[in-house]
Amino acid sequence: MSHTPLLVVDDLHVRFRTRDGLVSAVNGMSFTLDEGETVAVLGESGSGKSVTAQAIMGILPPKIASIPTGSIRYAGRELVGLRERDYRQLRGTKIAMVFQDALSALNPVTSVGRQVSEMFRVRGGMSRKRAKAAAIEVMGHVGIPDPAHRYSDYPHQFSGGMRQRVMIATMIALRPSVLIADEPTTALDVTVQAQIMDLLKEIQRETGTGLILITHDLGVVASVADRIAVMYAGRVMEQGDVDEIYARQANPYTVGLLESIPQIDQRVGRLPAIPGLPPNMLSVPPGCPYHLRCSMSVDACFDNPAPPFTEVAPGHHSMCWRAEEVYAGERVSR
Amino acid sequence: MSDPQARHDGAHEFFPGGTEAGSLEADRQSLAVAAHRTAVGDPRGMLGEAWYGLRRTWYFWISAVLVFFVFLIVAFPNAFANKDETSSLTGGCDLMNSLEPPSAEHWFGTDQLGCDVYSMTIFGARPSVTVALVATVATVLLGAIVGIIAGFYGGWIDSLLSRVVDIFFGLPILLGGIVILTALGTPGLWGVIFVLVVLGWVGTARMIRSSTIEAKNQDYVLAARALGANNRRIMSRHILPNAIGPSIVVAVISLGGYVGAEATFSYLGLGIQPPEFSWGSIISDAQSVFFEAPWTLFFPSIFLTLTVLAFILMGEAVHDALDPKQRT
Repeated sequence: MSHTPLLVVDDLHVRFRTRDGLVSAVNGMSFTLDEGETVAVLGESGSGKSVTAQAIMGILPPKIASIPTGSIRYAGRELVGLRERDYRQLRGTKIAMVFQDALSALNPVTSVGRQVSEMFRVRGGMSRKRAKAAAIEVMGHVGIPDPAHRYSDYPHQFSGGMRQRVMIATMIALRPSVLIADEPTTALDVTVQAQIMDLLKEIQRETGTGLILITHDLGVVASVADRIAVMYAGRVMEQGDVDEIYARQANPYTVGLLESIPQIDQRVGRLPAIPGLPPNMLSVPPGCPYHLRCSMSVDACFDNPAPPFTEVAPGHHSMCWRAEEVYAGERVSR
Repeated sequence: MSDPQARHDGAHEFFPGGTEAGSLEADRQSLAVAAHRTAVGDPRGMLGEAWYGLRRTWYFWISAVLVFFVFLIVAFPNAFANKDETSSLTGGCDLMNSLEPPSAEHWFGTDQLGCDVYSMTIFGARPSVTVALVATVATVLLGAIVGIIAGFYGGWIDSLLSRVVDIFFGLPILLGGIVILTALGTPGLWGVIFVLVVLGWVGTARMIRSSTIEAKNQDYVLAARALGANNRRIMSRHILPNAIGPSIVVAVISLGGYVGAEATFSYLGLGIQPPEFSWGSIISDAQSVFFEAPWTLFFPSIFLTLTVLAFILMGEAVHDALDPKQRT
């Protein structure tokens, strides 16, 4: 393959050393991202989504987190094990990240305009005056009304949606080619959610940024993503084109997830929920991590090794012993 | 600020085509709207913002007036009083006038040696305020540096620095001060400052360390790292401004405490040595004759109290100004 993808995450493992033992937060995460493409990383709380994002940014807590195996390549360049000084050069300029809660991710004692303009001044090498002009422009670009006036306001003086716009302005200031959005709309109300997603899509269309969208919101995924990776207990359970997966799942976990969202055209009584809870990450059971909650588990699911990644259709992978059966639409219970 | 329309127009004209600065047209326009730009607000910076907030606080102005007078007295005592009247060495004191109540000649009365209490109070300000200011600035600087390094890096650096802090924290300020000053041969003003800094910086260090630990785990620090900020920048721009607030308040309040501490050491004969004197030594001398001549204690104490109050009020105002969430 001659073409180098923008970002390749290959068999990424992330471990945390905690007081109670070693936590394997990510166990073999793989995906690729191309320019202008949106990959959604979907999963429940604690499934390793945010850790994956922080691993790509290289901002995992340095003393307790480690990446024992795996590779993250940006434009062909290996990022795992990269020197902090070199990594720093990439952050904000090549790879940037939008945080979930803009209120806590913006410095409370610095005016928002300054936080945006610092990107231009410190990283872009602009003069104070030009940086301010550039900041006001990008603030206007992300839809902050009257940006010159709001330049010297503080984060707490902004509404939630406007704060998220400020953060997006900061992150896209230097036009990074990879933008990671870690649940960018979770802290916002529904109407604002749509606006922020539209904004992200628009930025992507203009700049050709590759977008990694981390979310647990299946609705957002359907409208924005090109491909999705469904995570569970630090593993990718299923991966493929969004339309393909929404139409035809090959993993019982994805089936369960999609069944738990209400359909506007169907009259149902009680929504089916997946029984049980995700496993404690300190002691992930052997075999498939989902077997305890799975309605289709067989003996093989309870033992190591974990099921292989089966390609059920071109570009559509599922980590399940019975991937083909699920894909074929058979719902066999144990 | 009263004309939102003008402000809006100014903003609009200032950036007609985005970032293309430097053209004649842009220069002309920026000149034309220079008046509005002030209203729009140039990048003011943290201190600029704090000053902007301070100007709108009434108790800042009260404290500012008081502090201004204190500094006037400290800088130009001769404009207010006659130094000769503070010492029997220069013949300014008359033992015949010992312990006279306030009069037209001696506004604050006289002390045991017949010296003018008003003049003593004026000239006693300089050592007291010098000790307090220098000791405060030095403790905050030392404490902030140690505290932020310990809190930010954690690990063995933190353990090491924290144990050093604990050791100094274990030294009682009075006993430790007596020992150090005696060992150094009562070196006067600078000796007192040295003792106060050596024994006082640990409080600031602890406070800054804990607020640094709190701040460094905030999302905005992670976000700053995600934007490529280095450690030095994260410490100076993101952690320090968020961690320093409480310490500044305590530091300004401790100004008063240091005035008192200097008085204590001077009372014990370990601080300011005669013929020099400070508010502390005047007050200590006065307490033996308090019942016969309360004015000898009363007037210097009023000056001391007002000075401390002024600094506390100023500390409060500075704190509010540094914390944008207090602003409306």
